[in-house]
Amino acid sequence: MKNTLRQLFHSGKFVAGFVIFVAILLTVFIYPLVNPGDPLEMIGVGTFARPGTYVSLYDAVRTDTQTLRLSEADDNRIAKALSAEDRVAMVEWFTTMGIDVSDLDIDDTDALLDLWNANYDPSIKPQGMTMAKRNYYKRLNNSLQEIRAADEIILAEPDEESGALVKSDTISKTDYVNVSQVANVKNLPLGTDNFGRDVLKELVSAAGTSIVIGLIAGTVATLIGLSLGLLSGYLGGFADDFIMFVTNVFTVIPSFVLLILISYSIGQEQRGAAVVAVVIGLTSWTWTCRSVRSQVISLRNRDHVNLSKLSGHSMIRIVLTDILPYIASYVVMAFILQVSTGILSEAQLSLLGLGPKTTETATLGLMMNWAMLYSAHTNGSWWAYFPVILTITLISFSLNLMNTGMDQVFNPTLRD
Amino acid sequence: MSEKDFTGKPLCLSGRGVTRVFGLGDKKTVAVDHVDFDFHEGEFVSIVGESGSGKTTLSKMLLGLLNPSEGEILFQGQPRDISTGKKKKEYWKGIQAIFQDPFSSFNTFHKIDAVLLDCINMRGGKNLPMDKKIEMMTEACSFVNLKFAELTNKYPFELSGGQMQRLMIARIFLLKPKILLADEPTSMVDACSRATILDMLLQLRDEIGMTVIFITHDIGLAYYISDTVYIMEHGKFVEYGKADEVILNPKAAYTKRLISDVPKIHEEWDLSTVDLQAEA
Repeated sequence: MKNTLRQLFHSGKFVAGFVIFVAILLTVFIYPLVNPGDPLEMIGVGTFARPGTYVSLYDAVRTDTQTLRLSEADDNRIAKALSAEDRVAMVEWFTTMGIDVSDLDIDDTDALLDLWNANYDPSIKPQGMTMAKRNYYKRLNNSLQEIRAADEIILAEPDEESGALVKSDTISKTDYVNVSQVANVKNLPLGTDNFGRDVLKELVSAAGTSIVIGLIAGTVATLIGLSLGLLSGYLGGFADDFIMFVTNVFTVIPSFVLLILISYSIGQEQRGAAVVAVVIGLTSWTWTCRSVRSQVISLRNRDHVNLSKLSGHSMIRIVLTDILPYIASYVVMAFILQVSTGILSEAQLSLLGLGPKTTETATLGLMMNWAMLYSAHTNGSWWAYFPVILTITLISFSLNLMNTGMDQVFNPTLRD
Repeated sequence: MSEKDFTGKPLCLSGRGVTRVFGLGDKKTVAVDHVDFDFHEGEFVSIVGESGSGKTTLSKMLLGLLNPSEGEILFQGQPRDISTGKKKKEYWKGIQAIFQDPFSSFNTFHKIDAVLLDCINMRGGKNLPMDKKIEMMTEACSFVNLKFAELTNKYPFELSGGQMQRLMIARIFLLKPKILLADEPTSMVDACSRATILDMLLQLRDEIGMTVIFITHDIGLAYYISDTVYIMEHGKFVEYGKADEVILNPKAAYTKRLISDVPKIHEEWDLSTVDLQAEA
């Protein structure tokens, strides 16, 4: 046993898979301690806030300022204010005006602005340009000029008696606050989803739930497959024929179709995460059963089993002590693959809208389902679904790596 | 080589028309074909035959691990009844086996102590005090020239093939069955261990008066150690009788061939034209 474990941890593939999986597990356990709270709390109003650090403007205004004279500050402001679309629109203007833009680098803000200041004239009405488009250019120009012109922003408060606004403070262009002194700064490394929930927090909790679903599904499938396989292989005869008949029936029906039908007939209300996991387990035991059976058939005529019979051991004892230990490594490998399949099946089901109905917990499949329903893939909100896909991939990749590594250790013909 | 005559002794195990068929239709194979035999108490019987002649199938039927398709096996003169688990357990107190491959005979997950303790429990020694059990195990081990103190807490795979096969005999020493079925027990061990093991089997036979059914492909070996020899070909006994008679005066062509196939030391290796009559 100790020797087998040592061998396992000398297998590069197994170790790689193990490290990835343990890292995911640790994250699932530790992250909620660092960042406690309900993972499904809707913190954002509106959908799909971009990933980044959010600084409270309200608090920033009230934080002590420090004056910093930075020469590149204006340029940075303009560069930030000019979106990619604005830049393309500016180039469009130049072409309409018949200016050669072949040497112009669209990302070179200075060159772009110089050309713009030299050539833009709000009074020109290029032929064929709509009113809306002309107004857009006017607004763009104004905002560019404002960034250079304005020196400060005035803060005003209403006077208690007259109700008139009284200037209370000004914010200069050279005023800076230290982020660490601002009372409220929210870090959203993966932004928010369609319901305004912190995607990272949700993802960590969903990964945990999905792993639990995979474990339940894997346990159910392995238990059913193992016990039927052991019975069928060891007893032989009629019991074997009957069990193999049932197994074949289940094998012939595509298990995913069966899964969809069962999930659908259970109904939305009853479909909790655990129920979905059990249903997945109930539809994926067949190949464990078949392979356990074939292994048991080759084991049951071995001399050590005969010797055990001659020693008067009961059938249950023979199966548990003389057969099970010999196929244990195989069963563990099958279990790992079943866990991986379980996680993927849950994701597939949820994507079809047949996953757990719960709104209290998230699963990886549900997160993808939500992102898809709110068109995250068409409006460019990659953070709502891409990290989920990556997590699913990493989990099943690590489990499959472990499985391959174990296979190479336990199956000498596969050793490198 | 013993010259005892067993014909008058009480019957231990006999068979009448014992047959075993595998498969159906075109794939039908008759592994054991209507064989009759009588093994007596204290007899050392060898069943000799080539690979595929049905020796192992017959031995499994004798052990009750396989049911005959036809015919019946009598245990101590009575029809054998092993229809229930309890009756099987009772039967196995009377018949035990040593298998060919010592490396696959033991469950590699169980320690040697467990193997030997099982035997004591089977003989009704379950409630004996631990030191008494250890004493019995030590005695059994010393009978086969092993030291229990060195074996305790070890796993079977930590022993050599010869040691494992001797441990098998220690098992038999503890179980003291009426019949021992030894299925080529020496074919996988080295020549030195072979002599020791055969010697131990003979000693055990004399000590507890059990019948030994020795299954082998080596007719020379059978000649040296057995009282009675059964020659098996294609699932049938083609010849049987006292070892001396069968081997020194073979009648069946198959027996003659088996004898001519025995390699001889200090003689030219001519395997085709051995003059058997002259040798006798």
